[in-house]
Amino acid sequence: MMRLPKFEYRVPRTIAEAVKIVGDVGPTAQFVAGGTDLYPNMKRRQQTPRTVISVMRVPELNQITGDGKSGVRIGASVTLTDIVEHPLINRDYPVIAYAARTISTPILRNMGTIGGNLLLDTRCNYYDQNYEWRKGINFCLKKDGDVCWVAPGSSKCWAVQSSDLVPVMVAIGAKFRLASTLGERMIDAAGFYNDDGIDYLKKRPDELLVDIHLPPTNGWRASYQKLRRRGAFDFPVLGVAAYIKFENGRANGERTVRDAKIVLGGIAPSPIQIAEASAALIGHAFDDEYIQAAAEAAYVKARPLDNTDFVMNWRKQMARQYTLRALRALAVSD
Amino acid sequence: MGKQKAHIQFVLNGETAEVAFAPHKTLLEVLREDLGLMGTKHGCELGECGTCTVLVNGRSILSCLMLGLDAEGQDVKSIEGMANGSQLHPLQETFADTGAAQCGYCSPGFLLVAEELLKKNPNPNRETIKEALSGNLCRCTGYIKIYEAVELAAARMRGEEMELPRASVYGLE
Repeated sequence: MMRLPKFEYRVPRTIAEAVKIVGDVGPTAQFVAGGTDLYPNMKRRQQTPRTVISVMRVPELNQITGDGKSGVRIGASVTLTDIVEHPLINRDYPVIAYAARTISTPILRNMGTIGGNLLLDTRCNYYDQNYEWRKGINFCLKKDGDVCWVAPGSSKCWAVQSSDLVPVMVAIGAKFRLASTLGERMIDAAGFYNDDGIDYLKKRPDELLVDIHLPPTNGWRASYQKLRRRGAFDFPVLGVAAYIKFENGRANGERTVRDAKIVLGGIAPSPIQIAEASAALIGHAFDDEYIQAAAEAAYVKARPLDNTDFVMNWRKQMARQYTLRALRALAVSD
Repeated sequence: MGKQKAHIQFVLNGETAEVAFAPHKTLLEVLREDLGLMGTKHGCELGECGTCTVLVNGRSILSCLMLGLDAEGQDVKSIEGMANGSQLHPLQETFADTGAAQCGYCSPGFLLVAEELLKKNPNPNRETIKEALSGNLCRCTGYIKIYEAVELAAARMRGEEMELPRASVYGLE
């Protein structure tokens, strides 16, 4: 039987109290929200905080406020089920509701939170194993070992960014608010993730993710496509978020693309923005010729490694297909 | 750290429960080891199977990933609280009638998630049932009989008659 290791459990009621505890205890403390990422990792001794600080009883973290006109703030402890079922999110940000609904299972979405999903630990076939399994391979670079078994010559950890919401947040230009005893700061989702499986966040351990700021819905549209083996439970082994904004008015009856973003998740330690895909789309009509060029750019740039489910070359090929699907979904919903 | 037992009170299957336990225990461990309720099953212990599901304030959660401490003051329902005395819940009856349980290890989780679904939606279609039950794994009977049991119970709870396909009741036609 896998039991949790012993730890001290704290349940603050305010943001100030939460950041004071983590500031006082230091790096052996860790925040927890739904527990669906941290507790399995603790059972397998991948993460071993001595103090666990729940952020589920902080009322400010449990709210959704605003609307599509002014932008929406989602508290970090709002559960994924509440996002999937929220009328305003479904009306104004259907891509968020859709991506959240592809996460895991209904029961896990009842527990898991948006903050937890955005901070999800990176995943790898050599890391997401129980203690004895990892001991059997002399551990790995990410935890307790000194070799990355995915790329043994590498000095960097290649564990994979595996959240469905991360590529979407990067694509639509969301911002995250962080708090610590030193004060607050806002950070763009696009600049929040490092391409390193160990040091994968710009968030310091003493910082609390407070809320997520979605931009106003002034004319952009976005979609998400997820690759996984089963229709439930599984993490993405490729996720494609597409974002499009058109110029006002039409030229020759066609709408011209003013801005476009393609962001791939599930193939590297960080979400990957495909600048060449944006370049292929911007300034042109949104028709299949340019969509195919963008998909080709995503295929060229996608370099998945052999450390998740499915063969890596097939995942690379799927980057083209899933980018096509994500963009075509935006074309038909005119 | 960890030496002192935690002591909490919560509502369990409609009655006030008081229990003392090591503070790092999960709700699953508290239910089985400290309260002696063996209906909630130990499966994967990692959130990948759904057999440890209980309802907290009417919402399905995995008791293997919830701390016992977090149950304080909450309304918890385990499979032991599903029947009303000797009167089985309609879902329990139809699971038996349709053969939706074989080894039965996954049944407590399926039953509670199905109960949650029918409370929200008394007339779900097959797709809705599939999605609602997608967090529960069954490794022996397969899912068809489970879906049919939920449909049959839903019909009975609405006061309607429903016949199962002959193929389901008698095997291949």
